[in-house]
Amino acid sequence: MTTPWPPKPDIVGPAPGIAITGATLTYDGAAVFAGVDLTLEAGRLSALLGPSGVGKTSLLRAIAGLETLEAGTVRASDGAPLAGRVAWMAQRDLLLPWADALSNVTLGARLRGEKPDAGRAEGLLARVGLAGKRRALPGTLSGGERQRVALARTLYEDKPVVLMDEPFSALDAITRARLQELAAEMLAGRTVLLITHDPWEACRIGEAVYVLSGRPATLGAPLVLDGAIPRAPDDEAALRAQGRLLARLEVGA
Amino acid sequence: MRRGLALGALLLGAWWGVSALGLVPDFMLPSPAEVALAGWRNSAYLAQNAVVTGSEILLGLLGGTLLGAAAAVVIAASRALQRWLMPLLVVSQAVPVFALAPLMVLWLGFGLASKVALAVLVIFFPVTANFLDGLRRTEPGWLDLAATMGAKPWRVLLRVRLPAALPALASGVRVAAAVAPIGAVLGEWVGASSGLGYVMLNANARIETALMFAALVLLALMSVALYVAVDRGLRAALRWSPGG
Repeated sequence: MTTPWPPKPDIVGPAPGIAITGATLTYDGAAVFAGVDLTLEAGRLSALLGPSGVGKTSLLRAIAGLETLEAGTVRASDGAPLAGRVAWMAQRDLLLPWADALSNVTLGARLRGEKPDAGRAEGLLARVGLAGKRRALPGTLSGGERQRVALARTLYEDKPVVLMDEPFSALDAITRARLQELAAEMLAGRTVLLITHDPWEACRIGEAVYVLSGRPATLGAPLVLDGAIPRAPDDEAALRAQGRLLARLEVGA
Repeated sequence: MRRGLALGALLLGAWWGVSALGLVPDFMLPSPAEVALAGWRNSAYLAQNAVVTGSEILLGLLGGTLLGAAAAVVIAASRALQRWLMPLLVVSQAVPVFALAPLMVLWLGFGLASKVALAVLVIFFPVTANFLDGLRRTEPGWLDLAATMGAKPWRVLLRVRLPAALPALASGVRVAAAVAPIGAVLGEWVGASSGLGYVMLNANARIETALMFAALVLLALMSVALYVAVDRGLRAALRWSPGG
């Protein structure tokens, strides 16, 4: 078993798997997806791809408890409720512009009325390469730096389940590659669902890759990728997987 | 700033021109020189009354802002209170302040209190309306984030919605700073024994038009200075907000 970083005595327990069964969503009377079953393996990073408007975000928000599905259930494999065990990272960094980087990282603690752990937050900022920027306001940071703060904030939550909705899609290729590696390393051992529109991202850091496509959308069998993540940019298995994935996406489109 | 000075000079020039050409009798429009002279001769008298009006405006601005902001927070925090308070707020604005002025003087007397109360009445609505608007328009993503973090609603209000609405509150306070002198001077017209409004009314009755203009110019300068100070202060305090 991999050790989640950073080690913390009061970790919320081992990462559960998540089973979504019979998920149904309609928009304007037409089914976006109907009866979708998706199983996220415990402690693995699952990537979900698919064209826009196919309901990926709705599915992720349903797991996060931000949206209710018209039909279907979301259950953790250990039977305990998911509420309070999920950290969410959106495409936009959602940093509070009036709070400095450190306060943004510790936002969850302050919102729950807990004492913020400044030491741990500083450690996370250092880990994402922003050690000198803890007093910086988001407005003074670049897009990549802001998304790093958002990643540190997600990790500060230290939740066994992490949901990421296209978190790196607005970044340039180099920054994106670095953040993918960072995220893969730092999320090891957690149950992660990563929505992406980038097949290469899915193949570099995904351990199971799902494609949601069609109308109403259906979910194909996952592409399972072996080996440790993040995979190197020239990893042959990952490159081959990307080829297979692109073929699937073309069929689905 | 430079444009403001240029505009001021232009207006002053036009005023000078009109009075120098003798198009309007002196008792209706005295020349800028006469006004300046009247101001100089009565400088102590004007200063003493400017302090009174200035205090009324500042206290009104402070009270109106606090009351307006508190009302907005209460309304934003509770839907039940919103249903009771909103009609009250709207009705309070439907009654013209001019009509309330004599009543305020009757209730609160000729002193400071009635003027401050009138200034508060003029001010609190723009503050409440703007702040409430800001409190209702919190970025939905922040609220979603707070929800996944397991935040209590009142903590979300305190730590996310309130700070996010500060730029909107600032817009309300800017409007308030601009209209605060109206409330104060209105109160002085209805019943007072001091203040620049009282000076103007008195000078007008004695056809000391130059003194009236001097008081008017002083009031305008005070109002502009207040607006600029409030605007600068708010910009400095809200540097994180692109709009200031």
